[in-house]
Parts: sequence; structure tokens; C-alpha cells
Amino acid sequence: MRFEINRESERHLPDKDLQACGLFGVMNIEGKRFGGEMAIKAIVNMRARGNGLGGGYAVYGLYPEYKDYYAMHIMFQDRNMDAKKKVDEFLSRNFDIVYDEEIPTNPEARVMYPPLVWRYFVAPKKKGEDAKFSDDDYVVAKVMHINTSIEDAYVFSSGKDMGVFKGVGFPEDVAEFFMLDELYEGYMWTVHSRFPTNTPGWWGGAHPFSILDWTVVHNGEISSYGTNRRFLEMHGYYCTLFTDTEVMAYAVDLLMRRQGLPIEIVSKIFAAPMWDLIENMDEKKKKLYTTLRMVYAPLLINGPFTVIVAHHGEMFGITDRIRLRPITAGARGDLVFLSSEEAAIRAVSPKLDLAWTPRGGEPVVVRLKRKDHLMSLKESV
Amino acid sequence: MKTYMLPEFIIERSDERCIRCRVCERQCAQEGHWYDEELDVMFHNEETCIGCQRCVVFCPTRALSVRPHPSTYRPNANWTREKLQDLKKQAETGGVILTGSGNDKPYRIYWDHLVLNASQVTNPSIDPLREPMELRTFLGRKPDGLDLKVSEDYEDVEIRSELYPNVMIETPIVFSAMSYGAISYNAFKSLAMAAKEFGTLFNTGEGGLPKSMREEFGQNTIVQVASGRFGVDPEYLNVSAVMEIKIGQGAKPGIGGHLPGEKVSINISETRMIPEGTDALSPAPQHDIYSIEDLSMLIYALKEATNYEKPVSVKIAAVHNVAAIASGIVRAGADIVAIDGLRGGTGAAPKIIRDNVGIPIELALAAVDRRLREEGIRHKASILVAGGFRNSGDVIKAIALGADAVYIGTPALVAMGCTLCQKCYTGKCAWGICTQDPYLTRRLNPEIASRRLVNLLRGWSHEIKEMLGGMGINAIESLRGNRDHLRGVGLEEWELNVLGVKGAGE
Repeated sequence: MRFEINRESERHLPDKDLQACGLFGVMNIEGKRFGGEMAIKAIVNMRARGNGLGGGYAVYGLYPEYKDYYAMHIMFQDRNMDAKKKVDEFLSRNFDIVYDEEIPTNPEARVMYPPLVWRYFVAPKKKGEDAKFSDDDYVVAKVMHINTSIEDAYVFSSGKDMGVFKGVGFPEDVAEFFMLDELYEGYMWTVHSRFPTNTPGWWGGAHPFSILDWTVVHNGEISSYGTNRRFLEMHGYYCTLFTDTEVMAYAVDLLMRRQGLPIEIVSKIFAAPMWDLIENMDEKKKKLYTTLRMVYAPLLINGPFTVIVAHHGEMFGITDRIRLRPITAGARGDLVFLSSEEAAIRAVSPKLDLAWTPRGGEPVVVRLKRKDHLMSLKESV
Repeated sequence: MKTYMLPEFIIERSDERCIRCRVCERQCAQEGHWYDEELDVMFHNEETCIGCQRCVVFCPTRALSVRPHPSTYRPNANWTREKLQDLKKQAETGGVILTGSGNDKPYRIYWDHLVLNASQVTNPSIDPLREPMELRTFLGRKPDGLDLKVSEDYEDVEIRSELYPNVMIETPIVFSAMSYGAISYNAFKSLAMAAKEFGTLFNTGEGGLPKSMREEFGQNTIVQVASGRFGVDPEYLNVSAVMEIKIGQGAKPGIGGHLPGEKVSINISETRMIPEGTDALSPAPQHDIYSIEDLSMLIYALKEATNYEKPVSVKIAAVHNVAAIASGIVRAGADIVAIDGLRGGTGAAPKIIRDNVGIPIELALAAVDRRLREEGIRHKASILVAGGFRNSGDVIKAIALGADAVYIGTPALVAMGCTLCQKCYTGKCAWGICTQDPYLTRRLNPEIASRRLVNLLRGWSHEIKEMLGGMGINAIESLRGNRDHLRGVGLEEWELNVLGVKGAGE
């Protein structure tokens, strides 16, 4: 699974991205699909959290007619057809392509330098050595290959029955470009508005960041980035975007998908309880939390962050252990919301059954057909 | 033979201030001061003065000053005073020139060319006086991941993975190996007391652990198993927190040790398990380790002897291919790799070796951390580094380069009184540290010396917390290997590449 990035010294790696952001996520816990209006309206309400250099959406339950196939959203910078040719060849070699098409766009939208964005529905075609990989691991390896080896090609998303739409512009412009309010429905939407401080916009660098059906939208500037990145590299994840978000996404993939830990545990790795708190737990918990901190110390995410991570059937939001970035949760009927600001939730659902502010390090977990999000109520501020 | 050497120091006494109390006479271990009752005059002998400053500090009227002797040869950039003196000394003795403490030559000190980061605007700095700031560190092998059984409501979690033994320390600083024998019992005990009080570790060196200290201090002890195997018995291994196989030492890579028989008193003979008054010779290599597979056998022999309940450390000197050696050590089963750099200290070493063999710890650390990461085994062992750490700034930079914790020897000695006179090998330490003379050792009170050591650990820990907070980090593990928080100043391209650190402004 590992592949090497040839380099003389890691000091030549680029600096990481610095950014602040607005986040919003909504799920219908009964799995009923709905359009993009809520996500768009909520993020517009938080316009001050972005600066027009990036916006994006993840939609789940997007392609029910192709739900058994990996849906790849792939962008080609500067509409580079040579890159597209290479990707087409690469995909045909490694996958059965069931269907592919250009993602329809609205040329009137106010976005900068739009790339060509294509979607492919594919099934893995594993040969020889590859047979020992699970389908998911196989797809991850191929996505990594495209991202690192084919210039001007970048995979937005690669999960089943979901997709990521993102670009450079304000989120409402990106929505207009992809016509999200007209063309698509899903049972869960997450959205991101970006305020980078040091990079010009690049479409691949917008959020959500995604691998398989996992997506991450993130607001933060993590000070443990170097430690986290190096640890993940050891597990075969090579960062190519140099953003905190990428690190978060890989850490989630390693812990949740590959090691099978639930978010209730993973959140205690990302935002570990303070030792003072652990000292006062009962013996069993003390041992658990001490062990978690010992084993996963390099995955403690330090510094300010709020993140909303989603994959099929689950969405969770968490903020760092000393709560340096905001997150708010709300619920109305079957809809559960996570947002940087309560105002954005109220903008799309003025009446709420519940609205609460979780404590630092306490995850709000929203699951299909379950009421797990209520667990975080008792830990709210 | 008449000596042609110049005195190293000049002693100046203000007769106006001197009250003839004879403190200097009693404090000097070199018999450098004496009193003539008839004349009522204090005399001194500059030939024997080693510049340890004991008399200066203890003179109640500040009548004394001791400074480098002004007499000098014709200045010469190539043939310095030190080189000429060494030649004369050798011409007069025909021996190997001995010295103590660490390399004092002006090799580049990389710590002084690395600067730290701090948060501004995009990421708040954290105030350690108002918010928790965590330095707790675990030394030992970590598993690839955890296998947990989680109940339906996520409340009950059972750990199913097998865990390796780890040792918890409250600050990423431990005391380096200094044996009972090389240093006095009081100095040795002071280190033990301070380590216990602060929640960290001290290292026995290869002099064993006195039976009387085992119960009280065992759990704060790294017990060394070195080439002479002095003081090693099953209880010694089993009372410890960590066992360390010593392969090499930064001050004298490739050579062994020699504790002269006159230092082997009855207590030391009991602890080392050798006859009283015999020389304790540690061979250059461990004679049952001529290869990496031999090392592995000793590692597992120690683990067998202690029921796999303690981490095993392997200590090596930083030499040219340190990265490959460290990788081999981890694969051989070590839980901790300890690396001692070019500037590491010693009680006695040939000067020519101390000053010319080995590589700087900064480069060795960066190379080892990188190699272990590239091979995907960095989590399988902790990295402990030693050799010339002078302050908490050096420590935090080492953590950022990839160390789990840092060994300090010289700073601990200085805290107890050492002035780096480099005469440890003479056994006449006026500060009661590196001597077995009861008249001298009595002056080091473990109650006071351990307080000085605890103060040092506390001061450095506070400073580390301040620097961490400035970087927007509230747990030391988030800085470990986080070279993004370092920048180089005044370094060559190749040096930045080895360190894996960008230049300032890059």
C-alpha cells in the first residue's frame, strides 16, 4: 500500500496551509433525501467566515442508481485533456468503468478558473498481488496514485453513493456552478466556506476533503500538524495538499476504517482528556484513557480545530480539547444540524426542538435511525 | 623530571580581606592553600590548582579569585596553549592523556542554530499559568494500534490488544548514567531522590544499585547492564523501571571504562560484586555481543529474567551510521534506543577520543528519527538522547527533532556544584561529587543536592511549558518530531537537509 515520494529531505516539503472557516452539516436521521437549499442558505449566513477562496459540499445518498459502484469525482486543472487521457487509461486498467460523464456545470457562475470535472462509476478490477487488498484499500491506493503521479488530475471524492462538489469561490457560487440546488438530493449534506491566509485558491484545496465515502470539513490551524503528518506517513498516508484537513481525514481513515474504532473512542484520541481528569476516573476508565493517550499520542490534534466528519450513516462534529473553535448542534424533527454558528442553523430552521453547545473534546455523533446525538447533550456547556 | 608545563590557573588573594580562617585550605582537594602560623600568612600553590572554584565560593570574605593563568606562549592559531601543554605533559609521562566531562572543542552546536516557532493570530498561544500544559511522557514500545471491544452504548470498553511495558515520566528529562563508583554515594543518592520526587528516572551506570536503595528508588531507576556486568543480579533487574544495555558512550565511543582499585571501597565492592581494591575494568565491547543477533539474545535474556514486564533500552554512542544501527536495535527487540552524542560527558576518558570520535547528537537524532519513520517502526521504540544539553531550549528542540526524552548528566552535576574543571578522573573532586574520599563526599548533602536537582527539573519544565504554550501546543506529544516548529539559522544546505528543517524565512 505504501508508495514513496522521492525526496532528499523532508525540509523541501511545502509549508502547510493556514486557514479559518465556516462549517455546516445536516442529516435526516430517517434517511429521507432532500435538496441543497438548506446547506447553501446556512453557509451564506456565515459569509464572514469565508473569503471567497474556497467552498464545497459533500452529499450522501447522491447516486442511488449506481450505489454499488465507487463514484469518482475527478478534476482536471486547466481542463488538461492530456491528464484526462492518462486518468482514463489508468482507470480502465484498474477498474471496470460502468458509466462516466462530465459533471454538468453552469458557466454563468462566479467562480475562478473552473477545471474540467468528470464523474466515473467504477468497480475494482484487481489482479495478481492486488487481490489481497480489500476493495476499499485498493481504491485508496489508486486514488493516491492519481493524486500524486498524474499531474493536473485530482480526485475530489471516491465513495459509493456520495460525492464532493467543491471549488474556488464563495460556497454559494460553487453551488451555482454545480447547480446543486436543482440537480441533486441526499439524506446528508456537509458544507464548508474557506478563509485561507496563505494560499491562492486551487480547486483541489477546497473542502470537503474526501477519501472513499469519508469526508472532512474542518476549521482550524492545528499546531500538532508536523507530528500528525509524520505519524500518518509511517502508516502509508502521504500528504499531498499540506492542509490540516488532509491530516484529519487520514487520521479518521486510519483509526475508524482501518482500525475499526468508533468515533466515541477516536474523539478521545483527537481531543484527549487532560491527565488531571484521567487521574480522577475509575480504574477501568483510567486504564483505557491512559492507554489511548500512550498509544495514540502522535494523533492528539493540538491547537484550535472544529471538524465535521461524515460517511454513510454517520456524521460527527468535534472541537479541540480546550475549545478554541466553535461548534453548535441543533435538532428539529428528523433533522439534526451541526454548525460553526447557531445563527446559521436558525437561518434554515428558525424553530428548533433542541440547540446546544458541546464541550471541548465532546463529540456530537449523528447516526441514521439512532438518537446518539442526544448523548452529547449531557456534556454540553 | 622537571616539568616544563605552565600553571593553568592563577590564584589571587586580597590580603586586606583575608581573615586567615583557613576555609580555603580545608576546602581545596589539591592541597593548594596552606597557612604559616609563624608568619600569619596564607600561601598557595598554583601548580596544583585545577580551577574548580571551591575555595572562591567558600571564602567568607571574598578574598580569593582564581582565573586562567596569564602566562602564555607566543600566540599561534595552530599550536594553541592547550596543544603545547598536552605535548609537554606527554613528553613527561609517556601516557594517554586523560580527561573528564564532555568534549569542549568548538564543534558546531546545532541547538544554537535552531530557533522555535510561536503562534500569532491564526492560532492562539496558550498560557501555561492559566491552562493545563502536559509534559507526561511514556517510554517504551507502542503497538501498531489498539483492538478494543466497545459495548453497544459505547460506555464499556475493553482493551483486547497486548500492550508492551511502558514507563511514565512526568517530564521528558531523565538523569544520565553515572555510576556509584564514578560518583560518590551522596551524589548518586541525590540523583535518585530527585528522580523519585519529580517522577522521573535516574540511571545507575554500570556500577550497580546498592541494596539499601533498591526498595525505595527501584521504580525510578534505569539499571545498566554494561560490558563489565558489574552489579547485575536478578533482583537488580527486577526492582528497576527500565533495563539498559550499554554498548557505547558519547564521550568515548568504541572504548570501555576503568574504575581504579583505590576507588573500590567496601561498599562499592559489594555493589559491583568485585573484591575490594581491585580495578573494575569494563571491556570495550560486550564480549557476548559481536553482532546484532547477539544483541537481540541479550535483550531477550533480560526480558526473560524480568517476565517481560520492563522496557529494555540499548544505549549507543552517536557514530557515522547511527541510523542503520538504531534501526537494527529496534528490530532486535529494544523498546528504547538511547543515543549519546559527541558532547556527552564522562568521568574519565582519553582526551584524544573524547575530542575526536563521534558525531553531534542533533544530526544523529534527526537521522535516526527519520530512518525509523521511513521504515515504519518509529513507534516500536522510544528515542532517548544524551550529550551536551545545556538548558530547556536544547531539550525542547530535541523533542521537536524527534526525541521522546532527553538524558541530562552534566547539567545535573553542575546543579550539585560541579564547575566542569574536567578533573573527574583524579578522584579528588572538591565538590564531593566525583570522588570516594569520605572527607570530600561528606560535603555533598543529599537532602540539599536533591533539592537543587528538583529545582533544576522544575525550572526547565516550567520553561518548556512556556515555550510549548507559545507554539499553541498543550501536550508535549504534539511537539514530538514536529520539525515544522523549528527553523535553521546560519546552517549549510546539507545540514538543513539532514536536520529536515527549513531555513528561517523559508
